[in-house]
Amino acid sequence: MSRYAMLIDETRCTGCRACQVACKQWNDLPGEQTRNRGTYTNPPALSAKTWSMIEFNEIETGDKVGFYFLKRGCMHCEHPACASVCLVGALHKTPDGPVVYDDSKCIGCRYCMSACPFGIPTFDWDRGLLNNALIRKCEFCVDRVSNGLIPACAKSCPSRVIAFGEREQLIAQAEARIEKNPNKYIKHIYGKDEVGGTSMLYLSSVPFDQLGLPALGTTPVTALSEQVMEYTVPFALAWGATLAGVAAVVRFRNRGKRIVENEKSET
Amino acid sequence: MQFIRRHQLAIVLVALVAFGLIVALVRYWAGIGAISNLSDAYPWGLWISFDLLCGVALASGAFTTAFAVHIFQLDRFRPVLRPAILTGFLGYVMVIVALLVDLGRPERIWHMIIFWNPHSVMFEVGWCVMLYTAVLALEFSPLVFERLRWRAPLAIIHRLTIVLVILGTLLSTLHQSSLGSLFLAMPRQVHPLWFSAFLPLYFFLTAIAVGPAMVILESSISSRVLHRGLETDVIGGLARAIPFALGAYLAIKIVDLTLANKWAAAFRDGMSALFWIEIIFGVIAPMLLFARSSVRHNPSRLLIGASLVIAGIVLNRFNVSLIGWTRPNEGWYVPHLLEFAITFGIVSAGVVAYGLVAKFLPLFADEPAPAPSPAE
Ligand code: SF4
Ligand code: SF4
Repeated sequence: MSRYAMLIDETRCTGCRACQVACKQWNDLPGEQTRNRGTYTNPPALSAKTWSMIEFNEIETGDKVGFYFLKRGCMHCEHPACASVCLVGALHKTPDGPVVYDDSKCIGCRYCMSACPFGIPTFDWDRGLLNNALIRKCEFCVDRVSNGLIPACAKSCPSRVIAFGEREQLIAQAEARIEKNPNKYIKHIYGKDEVGGTSMLYLSSVPFDQLGLPALGTTPVTALSEQVMEYTVPFALAWGATLAGVAAVVRFRNRGKRIVENEKSET
Repeated sequence: MQFIRRHQLAIVLVALVAFGLIVALVRYWAGIGAISNLSDAYPWGLWISFDLLCGVALASGAFTTAFAVHIFQLDRFRPVLRPAILTGFLGYVMVIVALLVDLGRPERIWHMIIFWNPHSVMFEVGWCVMLYTAVLALEFSPLVFERLRWRAPLAIIHRLTIVLVILGTLLSTLHQSSLGSLFLAMPRQVHPLWFSAFLPLYFFLTAIAVGPAMVILESSISSRVLHRGLETDVIGGLARAIPFALGAYLAIKIVDLTLANKWAAAFRDGMSALFWIEIIFGVIAPMLLFARSSVRHNPSRLLIGASLVIAGIVLNRFNVSLIGWTRPNEGWYVPHLLEFAITFGIVSAGVVAYGLVAKFLPLFADEPAPAPSPAE
C-alpha cells in the first residue's frame, strides 16, 4: 500500500475550479479554446493540456435538481493498469503513491490509454515528430510531494474538499465522516478497494456511478493478463520442446519408411 | 497509351503508395490528430484493428504452411510454401510499417529492445513480431541466394531450415495468441460477447484457420494475375485443416458463453447481430463448405470459402478491438479517410512488392535439391 493519498469529499465542492486552475499553473499547461456545449463542464474532457478538472453533473434528488461535482483525474491506482501494460515500463508507481511517467522511455503505443479502467491518460495528438508528442496525465505533483509540499490542487481548494495525507489515516477520517453524517454520505469510500485500491479516495452524497465514476470490482484489471504473462515462458519451453519432438518423430518414421521402400525396390 | 493500358493495375497501386507516403509525411509533421479521428477516447483505431491485428492474423499462412511442410514433412504442400512465406514476410513488414505511422514516437520503436516490462503483453508481442520477422526473412532468403547463385549461404540456410521453422511456429503461437491477450486487461472495454479469458486461444485458433484460407486466396489471385496454373489439389488439401480449427473455436466459444451465462447478450442489439454474422458466415458456413470434397476440388468454391474465413476473422478483430470496444469516457470514432489512405498505401506497397518478387525471384520454383551440385 502506498503511503500518501488524497481524500476528496465531493459533498463540500462548490465547483469553483480553483484546483483545475492551480493544476494548469503548477504544470505550466496552456489553455484550451472551447465552445459552449450547454454544460458547465469545461473543457469537455481531460486532455494533454488539462490533467485535472471539475465535472458538473446535474442530478435529480427527490424533487430538486442540483449540481454534483466530480474532480476528475488520475486515480493513482495501487495496481496501475497503465504501468502494468506499458511495454517499455515508462509508467510506474512510486512507494509514496504517485504513478509517474518517464517521458524519455515512452514509444507512444497508447496501450496505457486503452487499458486504464478510468480512461485517464491522454496524448499530444497535435504534435509531430519534431514536437515531442507524449502521454500526459496527472502525476500527483510528484515534484511537490517529494519535496514536502502538498499537491497544487489540494493547496488551492478553498472549501477543504481535497485532503492530502497518509492513506490509512485518510481512510479512517473518511469512515468517521460517514459515521457522523450517515444521511449525508453514501456509505462507500470510492477508491478504497476499487481495482485493488487507489490513491484517490472519494466521498459523495449521490451514487458514484451518477457522478461518473465507473462501478469496478476490487481486483486489479490486469490480474488476468499478468497471470498469462507469467505462464508464457514455461509454456514457450514446453511448446518448443513438443514441436522439436514432433519434428524428430516424423523425421524418424519417414526415414524408416524410405529405407523400407528402398529395400523393396532393390529386391 | 499502350504502356498505361498494360500497366493499369501497377499504376493505380503506385499512386496509392505515393498518396499514403504524402499522408504519412503530414502525420510526421503535424501529429497523428492531423490525419486521423483518433482521440483520447479512442486511442486505438483502424491501424491497430486492421493493420496490426488483422495484418498479423492474415500473415499466418507462412507458419501454418511451413509447419505442414517441414515439421509434418507433408511434401505435397511444398509448391505453395514459397508464396506463403513471401506473403507472411511482406505481411509482417507491412505491420511494422503501419506501426511506424501509428506509434506516437516511431523513432523510439527500438526502446522495446532495451527497456523491458515482462508484465506487459505488448512487450511479448513486440519481441515475437521482431524475431519472427527475422525468421521469415531467413526463410525467404534462399530465393535471393538462388537468384544470385550464392551456394555457401544457401547451404547454411538449408541446414538451418528445421530450426527456423520450429522457432517460427513457436514465435507465431506466442504472438498470435498474445494479440488476444492484449485485450485481457480491458474486461470492461471489450464487449461481453467477445471478452473472455480464452481470448488468446480464440485468436490463435482463428489464426490457424485463416492461414490456409490466405494461401488459397493468394494462389487464386496470383494464378489469375500472373497467368499460372492453380494447384487446386494442393490448396484443397490445405483447406482440410480449416474445419478442425474453426470447429474447435466454435465449440470452446459455445461452452464459454454458456458457462459465463452470456447468451442474453447475443439477442439484444446491433452487436448481437454482428456476433451472429461472424459466427454464421465466418465460422459455420466455411466449416460446412470445406468439409465437402466437392468444394475442396473446385477452385471458385475454394475461393468463396476462403473469402468467408478471411472476412469472418477481419470482422472478429474489429468487433473485439473497435466496434464492440467502449471506453469509460464518452466518445465516438469512425476512421478518417486519411487513415484509410495509410492502410491502402501500405497494402498496395505489399502487392507491388509481391509482384516484383514474383517477377525477379524464383518464387514458384520448388525447393532445390538439398546438396547444390557443383556441376551447373
Ligand atoms: S487511473 Fe489510469 S492512469 Fe491513473 S494510475 Fe490508474 S490506471 Fe494509471
Ligand atoms: S504510450 Fe507510452 S507510456 Fe503508454 S503504454 Fe505505450 S509506451 Fe507506455
